[in-house]
Amino acid sequence: MSQRNAILQKLNERLDRADDLKAKEAIRARLQGHVKNLIPQRGSLEQGQQVNLFRKEAEKVNATILSVQSYDEIPGAVGEYLRQNQLPAQIKIAPDPRLKELDWTAKTSLMVNDGRADGNDPVSVSHAIGGVAETGTLVLTSGPESPTSLNFLPLDHIVVVRADDIAGDYEALWDRIRQQAAAKGTPGKLPRTVNWITGPSRTADIEQTLLLGAHGPQRLHIIMVEGDSATPSEA
Amino acid sequence: MDSTSPQFKDNARGAIANDPLQAALGKLTHGFPKKRAEAAARLPEFDDLRDQARDIKNHVLENLDLYLEAYEEKVIEMGGHVHWCSTAQDARETILDICRKADAKTVTKSKSMISEEIAVNGYLEENGIEAIETDLGEYIIQLRKEPPSHIIAPAIHLSKEQVADTFRDAHQDLDAARDLDEPRALLEEARAKLRDKFIHADVGLTGANMLIAETGTNVLVTNEGNADLTNNLPRVHIVLASIEKIVPTLEDASTVLRVLARSATGQEITVYTTFCTGPKRPEDLDGPEEYHVVLLDNGRTDMIGSEFHEMLRCIRCGSCLNHCPIYKSVGGHAYGWVYSGPMGAVLIPNLIGMEEAQHLPNASTLCGKCETVCPMRIPLPRMLRKWRERQYRSEVGSAKARWSLSAWAWLAKRPGLYRPLMNLGIAILGQFGGRGRFKSVPFAGGWTSKRDLAAPAGDTFINQYHNGARGDQSGELMRRGIVK
Repeated sequence: MSQRNAILQKLNERLDRADDLKAKEAIRARLQGHVKNLIPQRGSLEQGQQVNLFRKEAEKVNATILSVQSYDEIPGAVGEYLRQNQLPAQIKIAPDPRLKELDWTAKTSLMVNDGRADGNDPVSVSHAIGGVAETGTLVLTSGPESPTSLNFLPLDHIVVVRADDIAGDYEALWDRIRQQAAAKGTPGKLPRTVNWITGPSRTADIEQTLLLGAHGPQRLHIIMVEGDSATPSEA
Repeated sequence: MDSTSPQFKDNARGAIANDPLQAALGKLTHGFPKKRAEAAARLPEFDDLRDQARDIKNHVLENLDLYLEAYEEKVIEMGGHVHWCSTAQDARETILDICRKADAKTVTKSKSMISEEIAVNGYLEENGIEAIETDLGEYIIQLRKEPPSHIIAPAIHLSKEQVADTFRDAHQDLDAARDLDEPRALLEEARAKLRDKFIHADVGLTGANMLIAETGTNVLVTNEGNADLTNNLPRVHIVLASIEKIVPTLEDASTVLRVLARSATGQEITVYTTFCTGPKRPEDLDGPEEYHVVLLDNGRTDMIGSEFHEMLRCIRCGSCLNHCPIYKSVGGHAYGWVYSGPMGAVLIPNLIGMEEAQHLPNASTLCGKCETVCPMRIPLPRMLRKWRERQYRSEVGSAKARWSLSAWAWLAKRPGLYRPLMNLGIAILGQFGGRGRFKSVPFAGGWTSKRDLAAPAGDTFINQYHNGARGDQSGELMRRGIVK
């Protein structure tokens, strides 16, 4: 007997359920039902307050946040961030059309490449699918327009998120990810990676001393697009 | 991993005499429990979430075979492979086989207690494959060839000076005169050393905090980001997980995540919570080309339906360690195997045998704090007592301890004899215990050499009860210091 069958058979014998078929049906229904468990009240606010809570929670865990009114302000904001932190004028951006189609060279002299991170990029810019106010958490999904390595290899990570995409709780983002999968014709399938990111990386492994910048980024800078959130192509 | 659990008593004595260890444990006592209490207080629903997390895992365990099948089906649908392994040896061989097929020379690893359980690092090394721990704490103890001393803070027993010495030994290519006085310098050095390893590794081996049946996903939580570089950069991602890690849906995973970090470090949530599903898609720009899940039993199926069934709810947060008076006195290494603290004292005998681990269930005051703080509400004290009962029944343990227990039981079952003897004892002790405590008592040197023994509080419970001290007078009893 294969190890698989041995393990499953032993479990089945030890569990000794009255009706396996009925249990199987119940489980199938539970897996498809996506029933929400208790959701803390904390995130149940009206949209404007949710954005404020997101900001407060993200700042509490050492992220920095800048609000802009439109996508067109992003190149200037990134340039200013690099100057303030004395970083090289060189960024690797996610090949998301909302970032790629921005006019990066009009007001800045940035060197801009797009694609995955290779370990030599000091600063990356990605786009989140949303944020969770409950804990100030950004949610990013992998895909051809959003390589995951950008989130972890550079020392400075800049993430663009639309204020309209901030939700109260994690469950709202799962609903959104499921809808996006269905719209792509792959219902029920998650992207290769879903990343919840809450502040820059850290460790307290040496004498419980909290240090930022362990293996992931040392700084996390969030650019929140408020206003009408028009994307460059729509504007 | 070989255990030193049979030498628990010697290990404990050594730990108590070890000053740097005691200093480190002192910091732990003031760190994690305080942060956990603050995080719990900040979330009014925290205790209700614990109830739900417990119920989710109970439901999964009752249907574990069916959930494993559903999970497997989904992993395969998403292009991954599932390898079922009954024993540690099966899992080691499976991992080696995957590495060989990938022609791997180096494997980066993110922290996984299961990988400690099956001692996979040594096995890979023996077979010519370099395994590199990437969690900062794990990296330090790997260089020192030590096991972890805490589930979530594996190098908690070391001072920064010890870490600096370790790095000087290990990184001899660097300037010997470099300054390593501050933790920041140590972190920078480890980060730089590990960067190349991440980028050039052939295989990434991670654990899993949860496996989600709905989507065939594994969940990884870290603060450092090392698990992400481990699963994203190499060509092959191997997930090593034990069978009880299943949760049904993304919503259920979210509920467990709401109690996990708060219980562990007192964070609202860890910096990185990552959900990996299958290998990279053809159009993706990065991610592994192969995705393997090694599903390990290693004694879990024997626990299903046993007195220790509920232990399988454990999510390895470490809260019971942080709050345990024994763990806080002796640290993790004294327990002699991969796990430690109350969860270790319950789990280790299940995994390596009751004889080998016989001291561990007795290394508890049964104060109950572990159960109070357990996010999954595991009745740890009850299970420690179960081990003690089993030991008594199977005549494991010293003859002296067994004889004393028998004598006590014989006496306690004879109230006509027991009560007068107690009254006499109390009267004698009361006579000499004028200040409320004894510095020494005959036959009780084991206790009084370390601390005073409190004098009896005046009268036995039975006598007080007969004299009318009842529940409705609890206020009075409290004022008199008889009950707290």
